[in-house]
Amino acid sequence: MTDRGAQNRNPGRKKNNEAKGSLVTKGNSFAKRISTLAVAAGLVGLLGGCATSGNPKDPIEGFNRAMFSFNEGLDKVIIKPVAQGYEAALPSPIRTGVTNFFANIADVFIAVNNLLQGKVPEAAGDAGRFVVNSTIGILGVFDVATEMGLEKHEEDFGQTFGRWGVGNGAYVVIPFFGPRTARDTVGLILDVKADPVANVDHVATRNTLLAVRIVSDRANLLPADKVIEEAALDKYSYMRDAYLQRRRSLIHDGNAPREREDAEADDIERPAVAAEPAPAESAAAPRAEEPKQQSALEPGVTLAQAMADGRL
Amino acid sequence: MKWLFGMLAGLVVAAGAWADTPAEGLAPDALIKNVTEEVLEIVRKDKDIQSGNTKKAIDLVEAKVLPHFNFTRMTQLAMARDWRQSTPAQQKTLVDEFRTLLVRTYSKALTEYKNQTIEYKPFKMQPTDTDVKVRTDIKQPGGKPIQLDYYLEKQNPGWKVYDIEVGGISLVTNYRESFAQEVRNGGIDGLIKSLQSKNKSGEATSVKK
Repeated sequence: MTDRGAQNRNPGRKKNNEAKGSLVTKGNSFAKRISTLAVAAGLVGLLGGCATSGNPKDPIEGFNRAMFSFNEGLDKVIIKPVAQGYEAALPSPIRTGVTNFFANIADVFIAVNNLLQGKVPEAAGDAGRFVVNSTIGILGVFDVATEMGLEKHEEDFGQTFGRWGVGNGAYVVIPFFGPRTARDTVGLILDVKADPVANVDHVATRNTLLAVRIVSDRANLLPADKVIEEAALDKYSYMRDAYLQRRRSLIHDGNAPREREDAEADDIERPAVAAEPAPAESAAAPRAEEPKQQSALEPGVTLAQAMADGRL
Repeated sequence: MKWLFGMLAGLVVAAGAWADTPAEGLAPDALIKNVTEEVLEIVRKDKDIQSGNTKKAIDLVEAKVLPHFNFTRMTQLAMARDWRQSTPAQQKTLVDEFRTLLVRTYSKALTEYKNQTIEYKPFKMQPTDTDVKVRTDIKQPGGKPIQLDYYLEKQNPGWKVYDIEVGGISLVTNYRESFAQEVRNGGIDGLIKSLQSKNKSGEATSVKK
């Protein structure tokens, strides 16, 4: 899980490597560097982007499209081929073990975020998962906890902020990391700082782990490529809108009120109203009833009301 | 990016969701359960589909799944305001093209099926309800279950699905922005043209593969 932290960290790591002599001696340097990168990207986006589509959710679409192409290119040339090689070289049970290993590490981080969101039973479940999988599951390689009925969760700082009522802000595509919202970009910085893997002190070990995690995550996504290509009229906006919907759902823990905009609907241009505290604990809202009472968190964000950052 | 993976797994199962069982009398949840199991059973046994024969998957989807979808409603949802600006002839073309696109996508997803299992969540409805949501979870090894929700409305013969949400991503309204963009750029006919050329290129690849 931290996958979103993970998946695109590769290039960042590479840079990190190049600069190793000068700036990486402690685990945190890596995190700092990535954070700086992300912030820089965000700033560039905010300052330099100009509206190209008039889509209020995506005010810096021009910049975002450029970053999207950059990320796609990087994926095509480096990450995807490596992931394909990995998939071809290793049998599926081993790959599952690798996925589980990183998922187990992430459970600690997920527990913290559940705690910050006041979801104590979930946090306890995450902690239980970590204990069980780290021991009986042999360092997390086997996900025994799921079989015992301890369900896996998915949380991060972006979701936590969303839960606290922080709005999305503009949609941003960050180099290496991919889609985020402004809020989730801040979340991402904390995610990286808190990521146990990114904070391993031994540089070589850390870099190896990060690389493996990126490749493993990307390999898990390989089957999705073809389907997305098949589905999307315009891949950029398809991915953007899927991301925004996904984040919204995650913040509501899968119970987001459905946005009802039928043929009559007109909410795309709907002006921002007032930010409301995001999803209440009881967010189990049925669909039609409350179409958009908590939308419009910030100017420029309509649809995507409250989604944090996504890793499934 | 992992959200993408969830979406894929969801699509896979969604693709398998409808077979033409005698559906009229069935409650929405029973309908979904029956047909999901039936189609997945076929896919589990079909080596061609498993090895990526999209054409065969399309045949399966067309035969079993299509009768249970309301594509007109889906197209309306995806077009939002622009629907009203289209002529009846344009609307008909739009529905046809959107149907082709969705079927092709689902069929592709079906070829990626990897033994996920489905858990059907408790379902309750009032006898007077005409619009319901059926919730399921996709269980997969090594991951959080993926939420897969179906939205159905009551129609003359039985219930019809008008939207599917995979991990909270609506497969129908996810097109809304792209469609609006196309209409802004080239009008309704511009959107139709984009859909047609998308479907043509899809056809080319599915013949090749």
